[in-house]
Amino acid sequence: MNPSVDALRTTFGDAIGRAEPARDGETIVVVRGERLADVMGWLRDTPGQAYDYLVDVTAVEYRDRERALEVVYFLRSLERRADLRVKVELDPRGELAVDSVTPLWAGANWLEREVYDMFGVTFRGHPDLRRILMWETYAEGYPLRKDFPLRGRFSRAEQVRQALNANPEAHYSLEELSIAEAFDELPAEMRERLRRGERGKLPFDE
Amino acid sequence: MSKRTVELELATPGLDARGQPARVPLVARGSEPGNEPDLGGEHLLINLGPQHPATHGVLRLVVELDGEMVVRVIPHVGYLHSGFEKLGEYRHYNQIIPLTDRTDYLSPMANNVGLALAAEQLMGIEITPRCQVLRVIACEMSRIISHMVWLGTTSIDLGAFTPFLWAFQERERIYDLQEMWTGARLTTSVTRVGGLMADVPDAFVPGLRHFTNTFPNTLAEIDRVLTRNAVWAGRTQGIGVMTKAEAINYSLSGPMLRASGVPYDVRKDKPYLGYETYDFEVPVGEHGDVYDRYLLRLEECHQSNRILRQALDRLPDGPINVDDPRVILPSKSRAMSDMEAMIFHFKQVMEGVKAPVGEAYVGIENPKGELGNYLVSDGTAKPVRWRIRPPSFINLSALPKMAEGHLLSDLIAINASVDIVMGEVDR
Repeated sequence: MNPSVDALRTTFGDAIGRAEPARDGETIVVVRGERLADVMGWLRDTPGQAYDYLVDVTAVEYRDRERALEVVYFLRSLERRADLRVKVELDPRGELAVDSVTPLWAGANWLEREVYDMFGVTFRGHPDLRRILMWETYAEGYPLRKDFPLRGRFSRAEQVRQALNANPEAHYSLEELSIAEAFDELPAEMRERLRRGERGKLPFDE
Repeated sequence: MSKRTVELELATPGLDARGQPARVPLVARGSEPGNEPDLGGEHLLINLGPQHPATHGVLRLVVELDGEMVVRVIPHVGYLHSGFEKLGEYRHYNQIIPLTDRTDYLSPMANNVGLALAAEQLMGIEITPRCQVLRVIACEMSRIISHMVWLGTTSIDLGAFTPFLWAFQERERIYDLQEMWTGARLTTSVTRVGGLMADVPDAFVPGLRHFTNTFPNTLAEIDRVLTRNAVWAGRTQGIGVMTKAEAINYSLSGPMLRASGVPYDVRKDKPYLGYETYDFEVPVGEHGDVYDRYLLRLEECHQSNRILRQALDRLPDGPINVDDPRVILPSKSRAMSDMEAMIFHFKQVMEGVKAPVGEAYVGIENPKGELGNYLVSDGTAKPVRWRIRPPSFINLSALPKMAEGHLLSDLIAINASVDIVMGEVDR
């Protein structure tokens, strides 16, 4: 077991949940979501811990619906050559939100965007929380959630219809169009659609 | 009117006076021909990609320019998103291996090894000595071909055509060896959980030995043409600098991290496949610019060649697969004649190899950086979650930071130096 777990318990008390070894020998420690930003800042900046490198951020949803959705942070101390895996458990039926660690590690920026894109977890305080792998107006939901069917939510016909309906200008974000000062020159109707985010319809919406 | 025409009409947002679809000009206001305004202070938005040879795949960059200087870069990724991680949740562990070929398709064998190691870690399988050495050979061959593609395409981006031809010729020789071993040049799928798809054929070892003897000559030629070339140095030195602290903060890995002076290599610091028993050096840069990344990758090719020679010298005889009928398929003749073998064959094909409850993360040093495979199992034959830690995705996220304040032409050099492969960025 990684000695950082004991140090965490003495510093943060009951904000630290269970700790267990993974099958690859590293230690997993579960942290209460409210204290995540403090715990991560402490792990990074305390001499003797010095987890200065964020390896990865991802999420896991289990097939068992009763189990919590986990956001997993892989930390590494480059100086001590030590790894630690921090998890935050979220109730999949409640609000999926956790504090962003992007202020601590710039590398978390895209990783958190990917977790948001794939699982719908909101990261509070993220500077630019947009979809990243799916397009911005993607309306079918969050692909890596267990209730998302492998073939997607829309019928193939609806997917084709949307692909044909796509117009090239819709692929510029409002921010980008404002750089070019082109936003005001768009037809009013397209401006409105862009503002709304131009989403498709789910077949069971109608 | 056919159905398709109706749909296409829907696709046009509006028509102009001549009946042509109205387009929105994405240029600064007032720049119509014949009415050239003073553009001082106005910023220009340009779109680079997704179909642009210098973006190394379907990467799209929206670039804000002040004159020729890059003010901001907004990358758009996801054009090659295939949902591999989702697909993996519906497949047995061995069935995932073909998906890994298609992530970082410039080093498919190393990806196969990464997934197999993670699955074996999860199941607690110890592979055979011959398999270990063959997997090291697979990883180092991948490193060489990946760095050769990087070198060739980057030199073309910066206007040097000849090294491209030399580099691709060497890559072709490795591809021939891969084809000899697996039957495929690109989609190798060489590993299995607990072993390998096949042993190497007889001609493979002399073929690879010949390669390791002649490959340094090509590296020396590339070195002679580029390293002290004034144009090459002028376009790469001091460009896209990441300091040590920034490189760590941006979670860079692989050559990108080491070029900034951080001596972290998974092969040395968290060894797998017995890398601690090989004699090789880890090159580390000091300036963290494009030029250092070039020097570092060139040196890594030399070191990979060294490892390949040592691996060939020590290649032990023996089986390539573990002796465990729950994991490895029995031979065809045994499955047809022995009742027990047939049952194991049936169970493996129909149910797959079951993993115990738990999770395992295994990071390996891929040519692009640290490739992580994170498998979570709930005790069935299919993972609950398969996560790839994509090194070039994370390295690419530092591109806006690196390109700020450089010229547009430097953006091409910086983007090339990241060594992205979109199959892995988008997965």
